[in-house]
Amino acid sequence: MNDLTPTREQRTAALEGMGCKRKRVEDIRFTQGRGSYVDDIKLPGMLHGDFVRSPHPHARVKKIDDSEALKVPGVLAVITAETLKTVNLAWMPTLAGDVQMVLADGKVLFQNQEVAFVVATDRYAADDGINKVVVEYEPLPPLVDPFKSMDKDAPVLREDLVGKMSGAHGPRKHDNHIFEWTVGDKELTDAAFNKAEVKIKEMISYHRTHPSPLETCQCVCSFDKIKGELTIYGTFQAPHVIRTVVSLIAKLPEHKIHVIAPDIGGGFGNKVGAYPGYICAAVASIVTGKPVKWVEDRIENLTATSFARDYHMTTEVAATKDGKVTGLRVHVLADHGAFDACADPSKWPAGFFNIVTGSYDFPTAHLAVDGVYTNKAPGGVAYRCSFRVTEAAYCIERAMDILAQKLNMDPAELRLKNFIKPEQFPYHSALGWEYDSGDYHTAMRKMMETTGYAALRKEQADKRAAFKRGETREIMGLGVSFFTEIVGAGPSKNCDILGIAMFDSCEIRMHPTGAGIARVGSKSQGQGHETTWAQIIATEIGIPADNIMVEEGNTDTAPYGLGTYGSRSTPVAGAAIAMAARKIKAKAQMIAAYKLEVHEDDLEFDIDGFRVKGLPEKFMSMKDICWAAYNSVPPGMEPGLEAVSYYDPPNMTYPFGAYLCVMDIDVDTGVYNVRRFYALDDCGTRINPMIIEGQVHGGLTEAFAIAMGQEIRYDEVGNVVTGSFMDFFMPTAVETPHWETDFTVTPSPHHPIGAKGVGESPNVGGVPAFSNAVNDAFSFLGSTHIQMPHDFWRNWKAAKQLGAVA
Amino acid sequence: MAKTHVTMKVNGAEVEGLVEPRTLLVHFIRENLQMTGTHIGCETTHCGACTVDIDGMSVKSCTMFAVQADGSDITTIEGMANADGTLSALQEGFRMMHGLQCGFCTPGMIVRAHRLLKENASPSEAEIRMGISGNICRCTGYQNIVKAIQYASAKINGVEFQEAAE
Repeated sequence: MNDLTPTREQRTAALEGMGCKRKRVEDIRFTQGRGSYVDDIKLPGMLHGDFVRSPHPHARVKKIDDSEALKVPGVLAVITAETLKTVNLAWMPTLAGDVQMVLADGKVLFQNQEVAFVVATDRYAADDGINKVVVEYEPLPPLVDPFKSMDKDAPVLREDLVGKMSGAHGPRKHDNHIFEWTVGDKELTDAAFNKAEVKIKEMISYHRTHPSPLETCQCVCSFDKIKGELTIYGTFQAPHVIRTVVSLIAKLPEHKIHVIAPDIGGGFGNKVGAYPGYICAAVASIVTGKPVKWVEDRIENLTATSFARDYHMTTEVAATKDGKVTGLRVHVLADHGAFDACADPSKWPAGFFNIVTGSYDFPTAHLAVDGVYTNKAPGGVAYRCSFRVTEAAYCIERAMDILAQKLNMDPAELRLKNFIKPEQFPYHSALGWEYDSGDYHTAMRKMMETTGYAALRKEQADKRAAFKRGETREIMGLGVSFFTEIVGAGPSKNCDILGIAMFDSCEIRMHPTGAGIARVGSKSQGQGHETTWAQIIATEIGIPADNIMVEEGNTDTAPYGLGTYGSRSTPVAGAAIAMAARKIKAKAQMIAAYKLEVHEDDLEFDIDGFRVKGLPEKFMSMKDICWAAYNSVPPGMEPGLEAVSYYDPPNMTYPFGAYLCVMDIDVDTGVYNVRRFYALDDCGTRINPMIIEGQVHGGLTEAFAIAMGQEIRYDEVGNVVTGSFMDFFMPTAVETPHWETDFTVTPSPHHPIGAKGVGESPNVGGVPAFSNAVNDAFSFLGSTHIQMPHDFWRNWKAAKQLGAVA
Repeated sequence: MAKTHVTMKVNGAEVEGLVEPRTLLVHFIRENLQMTGTHIGCETTHCGACTVDIDGMSVKSCTMFAVQADGSDITTIEGMANADGTLSALQEGFRMMHGLQCGFCTPGMIVRAHRLLKENASPSEAEIRMGISGNICRCTGYQNIVKAIQYASAKINGVEFQEAAE
């Protein structure tokens, strides 16, 4: 070798493969305003559709008069439920097994519900038309409080379900009841509570909020009457699922539906489901023969499309007096609004809430979830979390702090005492999951050492003493959170959406010159898949990431995938990418053996090509193998170098982490200051540390927002009072704390590259850390649990109720 | 509705168009001029995705009528790159510091940061955070956006960028 021969380190670095902080390829276009989002699409003759919406939360629709609207210049059509009935689309199925009105069919069930769809030549004319549609309503009593949904005298919301005492998930107990879902051993758990030395019980609410990506939900539908083909451009986190759903409900052949998800301006769960806007735009295009665009505005987004959370969790923990947990009992009242439009795998009405035993070795547990209807917007989506996992993590992490307070134990010590031990993995939880891997003690201790946890507790004790002496009006809280997520849905044995198993897929096609294209069934909304997917392939096959183009979001070209949500892309699509790359590599090895005139088994892969074992000078690069694949493959072998993989994961993955929030609160104003926030994440193998850090920053910021103020709130008569960014807390750079990130690495044993997924961990772990900090700050004044969100006013109110403020 | 003739300079080029008095500037830019880099996130002046630079000021173009911009000099994200087509210091900073994820707030954020650095070439972290507080980002948590602007500030001032210790 001479000096010009690249070293192994240089060859590895040139690939920009897994583990390196590769700069994002997406950014070249995004920083220049050259992204292509749905609202950027302008097709010839394109029309605009917009909704007439209900001002009432609950009312009968007596009459819709569109005669004046149709006289407005530019208005071409007004679509109502009656129009939709002619094509059997007045109602649509939800992913949760319920049905939902596309347009008000005789009744409205939440404020801002879609009542009519006005189609016009431009968005201004559509608005003019909306103002001229006259709807006559007969108001009905609204049902706002989910705790009153199953009262005897509660107004019946869903008249379509009256008398149907069984739903998609079993028996219904009341006309406003959706399902009851139970998991675990009730008898054993009751017995554990009967003999418990110590018990706690608390109703822990996780308020209603909204994912609210900066780009709202939108689509352009274009029906070609001659070809009978429907093309839908949309903000879809799961484009293939949309294609299948449209085919099933619109009775169009699936090969004649082309779904294209271009660049997406954030999703966070908001863009998984199917909304009335998509159906109406498609019908309008079929009716008018022209492309129709629907773009929701922010108020519509916040008030009509897919809220998140709204879980009210009565939580009990049994323990020994020295702090060993012996049982967990949780009852959840789940407010689903007017229609159950949760975006969970079909068999899981409460998602994976049964991860609620968290990171702790509970010998027994029992869980029951009751879903109910109210006069609120439908949804229940996973806002930057796997299905109902953030609710579960919040529930158990608050409960552990409440137990620690009761036992007068340090919350970190209580957790260390009850963690599942490294040697217990794979661990079978009392509520039915098999945790793949974890080393919780190491992560927790690293957090405690790095943050100087013991010193912070000492400082807190001093401050409390000073507060009691009247020397300060500031209180200090330490919010400990240790979460275990369950992501990567999921194995076909227990996860499907409308009967389609939740696999994911990748197709890789290598070109003769050593470059290639990878098409994947996932769909980035900002996660940077174009960058990271190429890094996996680069490491697997030894072709520089810069030479791999990643394409997602076109259902005609990408293999069928279930999309991106629930942190499933790396665990499922990431695995499919690695497996497809390994198929490429296996064929490349056969070609290399032929060209180097040795047996395949005499070759070893070496960074960017194959080398003959023991003969380092006999080497063939992957680049050269790509060329050979197109002109001199072994006799009998098909030319070309491409592969496809559909990956059905054997298990979920279980990322975890240890977070600490240090917060000071002024009791006289309720103003808080997040002095420090430390987040240690273990997401297994790390593909791109820069992107992981960015995901953690973003998820923590969303967690901060949710815990400290972000709420979709209704008044007592069903008006939604948080319909804009003025009222719905959206932190700016000024309020957002500084984030410290750290990590440990415990690979997933069943994933081809050991990766677990990270995008949602910081939301799941962050919310309890903030809430525990507030609760920890107030606990010495005598409180056990203060409900979220912890805005200034509520903090002040808590201080007042606890007697800290006159 | 009667239309009004407007002329303005956008990214150095003279443009004109016929608009209704109620046409928002952001719609004129996006739909008449077909420059779609300027985005719409809220239509209520909160999010800043539609920020453009008008006569030396950052303006949210969803809250201004096109007729109000008649005769003005506007710069949008499409006019932010260097004259030779390479990425400007800010654009480069956003990429190098991972200051964007979904890219939807990015044009408004860069246009705003451009004006911020014109007003104050060496802002402190607190000044940067206050200076971009009219622009909402849902993905990044702002920390890397702050770094991106610091990177650009250093490059514009010809000094070496030093990341603050964590």
